[in-house]
Amino acid sequence: MTGPHDNAAGRSFRQPYNFAYLDEQSKRMIRRCILKSMAVPGLQVPFGSREMPLAYGWGTGGIQVTASVIGPNDTLKVIDQGADDATNAVSIRRFFKRVAGIATTEITEAATIIQTRHRVPETPLKEGQIIVYQVPSPEPLRRLEPRDSETRKMHAYAEYGLMSVELYEDIARFGHIATTNSYPVMTNGRYLMSPSPIPKFDNPKIANNPAIQLFGAGREKRIYAVPPYTQVQSLDFEDHPFRVQRWRQCCSLCGATDSYLDEIVMSDKGRRMFVCSDTDYCTTRRNHGHLGPDRGDPADIELLLPSKIATGSESR
Amino acid sequence: MISVLDTAGLEPGFANPVFDSQDTFRRVLDAYAYVGRPQTLVSATAAVGPLDPATAAVCLTLADCETPVWLDSRSNLPSVRKYLGFHCGVPFVDSVERSTFAIVANPMTMPRLAEFNPGTELEPQVSTTIVVQVPSLNGGPPVRWRGPGIQREVSVDVDGLASWFWEDWELNHELYPSGVDVLFTSGNAIIALPRSISGEI
Ligand SMILES: [Zn+2]
Repeated sequence: MTGPHDNAAGRSFRQPYNFAYLDEQSKRMIRRCILKSMAVPGLQVPFGSREMPLAYGWGTGGIQVTASVIGPNDTLKVIDQGADDATNAVSIRRFFKRVAGIATTEITEAATIIQTRHRVPETPLKEGQIIVYQVPSPEPLRRLEPRDSETRKMHAYAEYGLMSVELYEDIARFGHIATTNSYPVMTNGRYLMSPSPIPKFDNPKIANNPAIQLFGAGREKRIYAVPPYTQVQSLDFEDHPFRVQRWRQCCSLCGATDSYLDEIVMSDKGRRMFVCSDTDYCTTRRNHGHLGPDRGDPADIELLLPSKIATGSESR
Repeated sequence: MISVLDTAGLEPGFANPVFDSQDTFRRVLDAYAYVGRPQTLVSATAAVGPLDPATAAVCLTLADCETPVWLDSRSNLPSVRKYLGFHCGVPFVDSVERSTFAIVANPMTMPRLAEFNPGTELEPQVSTTIVVQVPSLNGGPPVRWRGPGIQREVSVDVDGLASWFWEDWELNHELYPSGVDVLFTSGNAIIALPRSISGEI
């Protein structure tokens, strides 16, 4: 046995819960569901969701998935709205530090497992990494059909016409597809899938990604997956092709022109700023000497980082 | 007296069940993620009768009282039943179509793929996962695999399969999203063949 195993094993005996909190039978059940979801990309596999020491809405689905895959040699990163320092991210990171004794990081490249809500990191993921999405509503057809028995049939027989109608109604009303978050995708040409509540800006990152993407929904007890190098297409129409959000501005702090930006109303003079939603990406760029129009003024950064969480990432 | 826990001749399971099954699971997950690439199981146990260490490790990691197991004629031995019964608590079934896991130690005489449980359109996830132990993960006739987990395509030459295997596999692939998944094992290594993959000789 290697060192970390011995240490972690010794610790788990002294604690009232198993390594990574979940009991072995629950992990095994979730692991089997994960493998099924990998074999059928986009299929929502039901699982016996366990009680977790966090309320639904705090990422219990993602936490159970992470708890079932994580080992003593993993390095975990947790983000909420792109930020490592958001309350939800901090508490989940602390949870796994306590129940699994694993290393944590804020650096996307250094993580072996990334648990996220709302964003896919800007830094491209690589082979060997696992990204775990906390999913509040896994069913892309829910707003069209409230009955679970019916949506299951629609998936079984790939009856997805209604979804196209819904998106096309957007075009009729607004002249474009107004859906900006949880924008539905077709996975491996078969299953309509909701890519968590991420902005559609991140949809292209889901396709053909070298990393393993796992989605956990605690309340609705569903796990689904996108294996590496899998075709994922955002729904669109020939005359209205899928487009991601773009900003006229660059990031005020780091000058990035390729990242998802949050609009922040500064608390001092009602000034507006646009900053990267991915805090690790922004910090890394600034550390490498990239500065935006506001030159990464430390006073601005301090003013803005706490308020950013409350503002959230509303797209324009 | 009926001995409920007759452990005479019982092979040991994982030295450290929590961490060995986690480590094995991650390598099985990698096998499903990077399809066609062999993964070596570091925490593999000793061989159990006809079962290679990788076959035994996969069972210890994934099988339990909720997963009915079917054994082929070569693996259906008291030593294997005792091992899986004691360490995993699995129920055994005689009919392949009722199995969650099917253990095949002799791929030349295994049932045709259509005999296993393919799942249903409503529940594709209930299909059988067949653990097919082969003499070697390479050296057989090359087959071009395509699908999720593979960039473009990969050539895999698993050895020791029945002559009908790839023909049956294409029929299985046509059932997608229903269909069986296969996990090839040999020695300490595994290669996964999920139903999403097409194989062309
Ligand atoms: Zn920035």
